[in-house]
Amino acid sequence: MTVVGIDCGAKNVKALILEEDKILAKSSVLSGFDQKAAAQEALDLVLKDASLKKEDLAHITATGTGKEEVGFSLGTITEVGANAKAINSLFPSVRTVIDVGAEEGRAIKINDKGKVIDFAINEKCAAGAGTFTETMARALEIKLEEMGSLSLKSQKAVPMNAQCAVFAESEVVSLIHAKHAKEDIVRAVHDAIADRIASMVRKIGIEKDVALVGGVARNIGFVDSLKRDLNLDLLIPDDPEFSCALGAAFAAAEKAKGG
Amino acid sequence: MGDKYKTESLKCWDKAKEIRLNYYKNFAEAHEKGGLRWAGGAWSFDAIPAGLGDDVYPLTGEPYAASIAWNKDFALKCHEAVEKAGYARDLCSYMRNYWGSILLNKYAFGGDFPKPDFIWQDHICCSHAKWYQVARDLEGKDIPMYCIDVSIGPFEELTDNKLDYVVGQMHDGIEWLEAVTGRKYDDEKLIRAVYDHCRSESVWAEVCALNKTIPAPLDEKTMYSLYVHGTLNKSSKVVADFYEELLDEVKDRVKRGIAAVANERCRVMSDTQPPWAFLNVFRYLEKYGCVSVGSLYTFGLIGMWDIKEDGSWGPRKTPQEEGIEIKDRDQALRILASWELNKPEWQHFYAPQLKSEMMIRIAKEWKLNGVLLHYNRGCEGLSLGIAENRLALKEAGFPVMIFEGNMGDEREFDETQTMTRIDAFMESLGLEK
Ligand code: SF4
Repeated sequence: MTVVGIDCGAKNVKALILEEDKILAKSSVLSGFDQKAAAQEALDLVLKDASLKKEDLAHITATGTGKEEVGFSLGTITEVGANAKAINSLFPSVRTVIDVGAEEGRAIKINDKGKVIDFAINEKCAAGAGTFTETMARALEIKLEEMGSLSLKSQKAVPMNAQCAVFAESEVVSLIHAKHAKEDIVRAVHDAIADRIASMVRKIGIEKDVALVGGVARNIGFVDSLKRDLNLDLLIPDDPEFSCALGAAFAAAEKAKGG
Repeated sequence: MGDKYKTESLKCWDKAKEIRLNYYKNFAEAHEKGGLRWAGGAWSFDAIPAGLGDDVYPLTGEPYAASIAWNKDFALKCHEAVEKAGYARDLCSYMRNYWGSILLNKYAFGGDFPKPDFIWQDHICCSHAKWYQVARDLEGKDIPMYCIDVSIGPFEELTDNKLDYVVGQMHDGIEWLEAVTGRKYDDEKLIRAVYDHCRSESVWAEVCALNKTIPAPLDEKTMYSLYVHGTLNKSSKVVADFYEELLDEVKDRVKRGIAAVANERCRVMSDTQPPWAFLNVFRYLEKYGCVSVGSLYTFGLIGMWDIKEDGSWGPRKTPQEEGIEIKDRDQALRILASWELNKPEWQHFYAPQLKSEMMIRIAKEWKLNGVLLHYNRGCEGLSLGIAENRLALKEAGFPVMIFEGNMGDEREFDETQTMTRIDAFMESLGLEK
């Protein structure tokens, strides 16, 4: 049985084809202003990659902030539920899932069956999400991709309040003028986001093992900061930004089986 | 999905609306009939000014401000006026709505803002102290104001001295009322108002207790339009009689198995004032077959409760039911004070545990599947300790969802994200739309 999970996120739409437990293909396109069109494009790409047609699919489930925009989906699941399913399948020992995407951070507590026990979402403040790093990269005039490796070179912790993305930007400018090394400022930025994420996770209580998913999990500097803050190791899937799409695909498979 | 239960609208709905509109009209038109107007909080002892005569009309600030909040455009104008006047945006949003209405000189029910002849307030929340002080400054400093301090600690630690402290202020207050209005005080009217006060609050609790039934005969969105009468004028015969009528109707709904939500499959409660401009949150829950059966807020702001013989919560017996005949002013004031100091929504001002205990009791007795907590930035008073309440509820085994917002300032509420949270919460409870 072949199904599709599609994650219509704030920045990217990700689609994933699952056949039984095997991922056949993945695609990611920018969400832009027209999420509907982006979702269609992501589906077309993934079908093409797997040499399949839409008629070959038993079910399509959508998730993400724009899930209702995915006109061709047959069902929806929340990001919380999708992540729970994906991580329970990838890492059955995980009880706490941290998802940091472009616009939102969330923490999810799950049981051994992947059932959601509790969750917390940090959505009002950009200082706890991916766009924050982008803003800071701009302020520091470096590429977003360089943030992670640069941060790991830091020898010195520089304190930064980063109560919100707007104030943080002016704080970064002050740190630049105070002649702090770029790598130390980048680490300060990552420490600040990690701090906000960690306090959100503590709200639901940290239970091991802990997994990190979402696009920001690709940033090795942030991962390092979060590990230090939580004082524990993090399990990260190979394609952390596809966790929601994978969970949606599992939900699609359950639906197709009549679940 | 087919409906599980029968449902029908409330027969007394129109009457509820009429009483509320008359209340606001009576206040505005009081002077035309030679009557008096007073303003104060919804928790003020309104039975006391009732002794000045039947033509003395109150305007309680919180429900008035909630009416403003419900009208998004007017609320925004009020906020802007208040901010322009230099007041901070993070103050109590009811208070800001009220001040905005004065600053704009616009009454939410038409015409200019009707200034009161005197202010009759009590103090338990920090904002109470400032609300009418500023209102008075904005309205003109000649408006006389009297405040009763009721912050004497939790009811379970009430002593004679503490009671004397509150009753003493009430006695002084009556002398003050006579002095500022030039009217002679009528103790018979006070006694009648105290009886009606207790009757309103006990009967409202009985109505809420009927929501323990499955299916719930009332949903919280509807209850907001009914508990409000108690916040307007709890000591009036009109309100007490209306609650008796409502009680009869709700009893009948229970007997006939009439549900508020026809597809009830899940029961939750909320907490604190809702974001008034977004009551559709409650209708959204219904898509999942989820009914909010009330909250400590809807049950305990006006309802007065007692622990019954079987250990469960039920309506507190009124002085009439206890066979107590009120003979004089002092006895009336003592009964009124000790009755009101037991108010559930006053207890958490002293310790969040007291509120947690009541919330857990509701969660158990009203057979709830989960709890939706409104982290209400608009009310420091009722949000006090809410994060502690969340932990206690979770420890007691109840799933809890939180959402941030503001009862009176829609700029602090994100509708889409709240609905997304509800989706995730409902999904975690195993429910689908
Ligand atoms: S903060 Fe809340 S309790 Fe205090 S006056 Fe305002 S509405 Fe009332």
